[in-house]
Amino acid sequence: MGAVTLTPPLLLDRVRLQQGGRTILEDLSGSFQPGSLTALVGANGTGKTTLLRAIAGLHKLAGGRIEGGGPQRIALLPQGSQLDRGFPISCLDLVTLAAPRLGWFRGATPAQRQLALEALDRVGLAGLEGRSLQALSAGQFQRLLFARTMMQDAPVVLLDEPFTAVDTATAAHLLSVLQDWHAQGRTLIVVLHDMKLVQRHFPRTLLLTGDGHAVWGATAAVAPRLAA
Amino acid sequence: MLDLLVSPFAMGFMRRALAGCLALSVAAPPLGVFLVLRRMSLMSDVLQHGVVPGIAVGVAVAGLSLWAMGLGGLAAGLAIALIAGWLARRTGGREDSQLAGMYLLALAAGVAMISMQRSIDLTHLLFGNVLAVDDTALFGMAGVATVTLPVLALIWRPLVLESFDPGFMAATGGRGGLWHLIFLVLVVLCVVAGFVALGTLMSVGLMMLPAIAARHWSASLAGQVRVSVLLAVLASFCGLTISYHLDIPTGPAIVMTAGGLWVLSMLTGPYASLWRRAAARA
Ligand SMILES: Nc1ncnc2c1ncn2[C@@H]1O[C@H](COP(=O)(O)OP(=O)(O)OP(=O)(O)O)[C@@H](O)[C@H]1O
Ligand SMILES: [Mg+2]
Repeated sequence: MGAVTLTPPLLLDRVRLQQGGRTILEDLSGSFQPGSLTALVGANGTGKTTLLRAIAGLHKLAGGRIEGGGPQRIALLPQGSQLDRGFPISCLDLVTLAAPRLGWFRGATPAQRQLALEALDRVGLAGLEGRSLQALSAGQFQRLLFARTMMQDAPVVLLDEPFTAVDTATAAHLLSVLQDWHAQGRTLIVVLHDMKLVQRHFPRTLLLTGDGHAVWGATAAVAPRLAA
Repeated sequence: MLDLLVSPFAMGFMRRALAGCLALSVAAPPLGVFLVLRRMSLMSDVLQHGVVPGIAVGVAVAGLSLWAMGLGGLAAGLAIALIAGWLARRTGGREDSQLAGMYLLALAAGVAMISMQRSIDLTHLLFGNVLAVDDTALFGMAGVATVTLPVLALIWRPLVLESFDPGFMAATGGRGGLWHLIFLVLVVLCVVAGFVALGTLMSVGLMMLPAIAARHWSASLAGQVRVSVLLAVLASFCGLTISYHLDIPTGPAIVMTAGGLWVLSMLTGPYASLWRRAAARA
């Protein structure tokens, strides 16, 4: 999981999004350059989650187009995922299952298992690979989902409020993982509510203002609007 | 004692029934484990009632031919599975009430249709008749088991992924709906294959009860599958023996045994059993 080869930018062209027949975002154009690190911010209900899902190809566009996306290139870590923690699967298996090009019918290769172990190690879950999901705390579970995202090895990574419901130590640890991905040249779009964090670590910001419009640019330029 | 266990199987029809039930015991419980994990236990109820009208139509068209009944049941089961799947998508998964509505309707219609044809014994259809297990029925059970196991092995990985996290499956471009559909076809096959020996109402018992019980014996999916098969094999053997000696229908005998094993597992199993909880509190 080293540096990512150069990829085309993620292009948004006059994107329009609707939810339940109501337009929540209109005429959004712009691009996420390869290797860029963008914070996606906005009040509750402004459409951040919907936009990420649209980029991942999970939400139909009501207008416009998105280029350079698609499931093969994108890894999405959804907001507060409501997965069944009683599911009888071990941490290692969960991460291994996310390996790209994992043959449906063959077992994981030793190399893939090794990668999964390294991912678990990186998120601070070394030694817990045999644990079942039930035996994880909420913070450990979020670390596990980060390891799974790492395993997907996608050039574009979308994270929806990844630091909600984890303590500061875990948040700091996961932020360092995120910075690894940035250093590897992956394109990152991260939904956040912590403006200090945005201003300190995210060079670019896409702010959804809630009236269907957006402010998009260098964080320093968008910053005056963030305080509001 | 040994004689009590062995003597029933001196009879040819009992040996056939045993062979068929053992085949189903290997094939059906693993499907049950997935049904439980996907919180689709109710789906098995819908299917068991849903096949009855199909069997009735089979009888009406071709008389008392096992092939006609089997094919009718298969068609009806698949139709019900598809409608239920469609309803689930339309209503965002909150389909409990619709499923209940569907199976009540299907059972009522099925029983009404069966009653109109005097050639078929309703008790046998619903609860099984071990005497009716002929070579065709045995062939059906063995055949379904032979198909189910390799197919389940083939779709295992995507099915696990889709059962645990359908959102992830969709986001990574996986065809979740396809695996789900193949899985449902296997479930319908197993329900239909069991109806001669176990009855339509009881054949789901051999699928679900060992699966539910297995949750108390293992924390891993593969482990639960293995335990469920073991319990089903045990239930089939003991159930058939009991059915022979006490002269009760095979379906209820096997399902009662499986149910007993479930209660035992729930009380004493190493995972999330009452005994475990009590021990944890003490
Ligand atoms: N299934 C749905 N049907 C109808 N409207 C919906 C649906 N899901 C979301 N919405 C609406 O769409 C808008 C955008 O929702 P979205 O989840 O994208 O917001 P968000 O910016 O991610 O909010 P949050 O910060 O709370 O996560 C909200 O106003 C919400 O009420
Ligand atoms: Mg959101």
